[in-house]
Amino acid sequence: MIHVSATPVLALRGVSKRFGAVQALTDVDLEIHTGEVVALVGDNGAGKSTLVKTISGVHPIDDGAIEWEGTKVDIGRPHDAQNLGVATVYQDLALCDNLDVVANLFLGSELRSASVLDEIRMEKRARELLDTLSIRIPSVRIPVAALSGGQRQVVAIARALVGDPKVVILDEPTAALGVEQTAQVLDLVERLRERGHGVILISHNMADVQAVADRVAVLRLGRNNGVFDVAQTSPEEVIAAITGATDNAVTRRRARTATALKEDAK
Amino acid sequence: MSDLAKTPEPTKGPADRTDRTAPGDAVDAEQSAAPAAAAAPVDPRLLVREQGFAGYWTEFVRKVRGGELGSLPVVIGLIVIGLVFQLQNDKFLSASSLANIAVFTSGVGIMSVGIVFVLLLGEIDLSVGSVAGVGAAVWAVLSVNHGWGDWLSVFVAIASGLVIGVLHGFFFAKIGVPAFVVTLAGFLGWSGLQIWMMGKEGSINTPTGSVVEDLTTHFFADKAAAYGLALVAVLAYAGSQLWDSRRRKEAELPSRPLSEVLLRTGVLAVLAFVVAYFLNEPKGARGLPLALVLFLAVLVIADFVARRTTFGRQVFAVGGNAEAARRAGINVDRVRITVFAISGMLAAFGGLFIASLSGGATKSLGSGNTLMIVIAAAVIGGTSLFGGRGKIWSAMLGMLVIQSIQQGLNLEGMASEIQYMITGAVLLAAVVIDSVSRRTQKSAGRA
Repeated sequence: MIHVSATPVLALRGVSKRFGAVQALTDVDLEIHTGEVVALVGDNGAGKSTLVKTISGVHPIDDGAIEWEGTKVDIGRPHDAQNLGVATVYQDLALCDNLDVVANLFLGSELRSASVLDEIRMEKRARELLDTLSIRIPSVRIPVAALSGGQRQVVAIARALVGDPKVVILDEPTAALGVEQTAQVLDLVERLRERGHGVILISHNMADVQAVADRVAVLRLGRNNGVFDVAQTSPEEVIAAITGATDNAVTRRRARTATALKEDAK
Repeated sequence: MSDLAKTPEPTKGPADRTDRTAPGDAVDAEQSAAPAAAAAPVDPRLLVREQGFAGYWTEFVRKVRGGELGSLPVVIGLIVIGLVFQLQNDKFLSASSLANIAVFTSGVGIMSVGIVFVLLLGEIDLSVGSVAGVGAAVWAVLSVNHGWGDWLSVFVAIASGLVIGVLHGFFFAKIGVPAFVVTLAGFLGWSGLQIWMMGKEGSINTPTGSVVEDLTTHFFADKAAAYGLALVAVLAYAGSQLWDSRRRKEAELPSRPLSEVLLRTGVLAVLAFVVAYFLNEPKGARGLPLALVLFLAVLVIADFVARRTTFGRQVFAVGGNAEAARRAGINVDRVRITVFAISGMLAAFGGLFIASLSGGATKSLGSGNTLMIVIAAAVIGGTSLFGGRGKIWSAMLGMLVIQSIQQGLNLEGMASEIQYMITGAVLLAAVVIDSVSRRTQKSAGRA
């Protein structure tokens, strides 16, 4: 495990979020340090996406606190999160297929000289960025539509890094990828850690989580269900926490016999 | 062969089609000589473009195979049209005929530039014909009936088009009414306003010597004007290419080799000077038409805005994926409203050209097939109806096709109903090419 700073760059303290009658998150705690990959796992509907959206400012929190480098902050809009230094790569990537790679990387934050696009500076920085991440794509000047799924994913991740964020959130980056592309994306996640970014990785794939994450935070039914150190935890323990395997046939029988014994005692 | 060289002359804009002229045998010679631009280890999947003509040619073939036709079909179409009509009637490529094409192209061409912006968003503006009518009516009523100054009434007419466009954009972007419906309502409503404004007279003639009359009747008779403009265009193009090339070399990015810059500039120079020659020299030539100068100015400015400014980039982004643009922090509503404002403004400006051509503002100016011609030109020129793909210059290319057909059929003495049918067939062919090339792009993984 990589050395971790004392104060977490981002910390959630007792965060709750309610949508109408649905309590999506209850008292959730989460800490991200710089240079650390935290995997966020949980079943469908466990609240992973909601948690990510509270951090990225899509849904403001109802209760609890978000701390940025030790000080409490309010994240009410996506803009607030971006200004703090949180970059989110959504599952649908949000790339413009008709624009080339350079244009996509700098979309919304184009480099200009006197209100004219500075294509040359953008292309140069795009190449540097892709090189430092060891990203290989056919050309930075072809439309994103011409790239494979894995290449699009790495372009989307590279785009998140243009503003040099401190925390990068990846929402299921490997869900739709083949073996080789998944390997590329996982390499990229490790490179993000080496560069000192804090990474929140949402994944359903335990193998991926085991491969790159330092810690695993498990959500179950909108609550924390344990934070595990990957090096000292077996996948089975994590899966047990995800599925709530403590609540299975064996435990139920045991519980029933226990109550039955109690009643017998009466 | 001389016909072939003359026909595409007015297409002096996008010199990016020069790649067709890359000679085949030079390809083989250079392919072996071309150094693989790979000092560093290169992923075999990377597309490394070879330097020189060989690389140019192979990339062009790859693009066409992948369905990225660009302006190729329309340029070929123009050459075919020129050949066919010239063989039928040798007046087709005469000075007066070409000057006619240039003047008739300008007004509707300017309206078409606005439509290209709207199509880039993936939307449609059905109101341009009516807005052109309103623009002409506003100018005529203010200038003739109320005696306002010439320039002031022209300015107010164009501004009224802008305001109308902002209104369309507001209903589309903020209220969420489909652009099709908003502008259809505009199509009806604004033509009503136009008829109401023209009410008492029914038509108002253009005063002699007014600005609007000059729009299409003024010619720069001095031969230096046409040649000078051609020279300025060529020098500006070559200068910007060389400047770009040098900056890219300084930044250690792949740049266009000098041979390619020279080839592009050469093709542009030939086109520009052939056009200038035909406007100046033959018997009956009247010089450089003011209308063409204004049209080219609008094209150059619009092309610059679309390709070189943040706003243009945002238009392409919204047209490609509005949700992605929104998440990237682009104010999608503002982009949409601005685009409709541009469309309305250019429609009103084009309306003044039409008024100038027809001798005044009328109740029916801009009605009939104006709208269809304007949209057809943008699509024939190669701007996709599906948004996000297209070039400003397609407005000019498409309008040249339409006006050339009309001019040719007029020379043949063919009735207007035949012209409609032929223009309709050309439009259908253009949309078929767009759809088929999109399908090819999908199968080539490029859409």
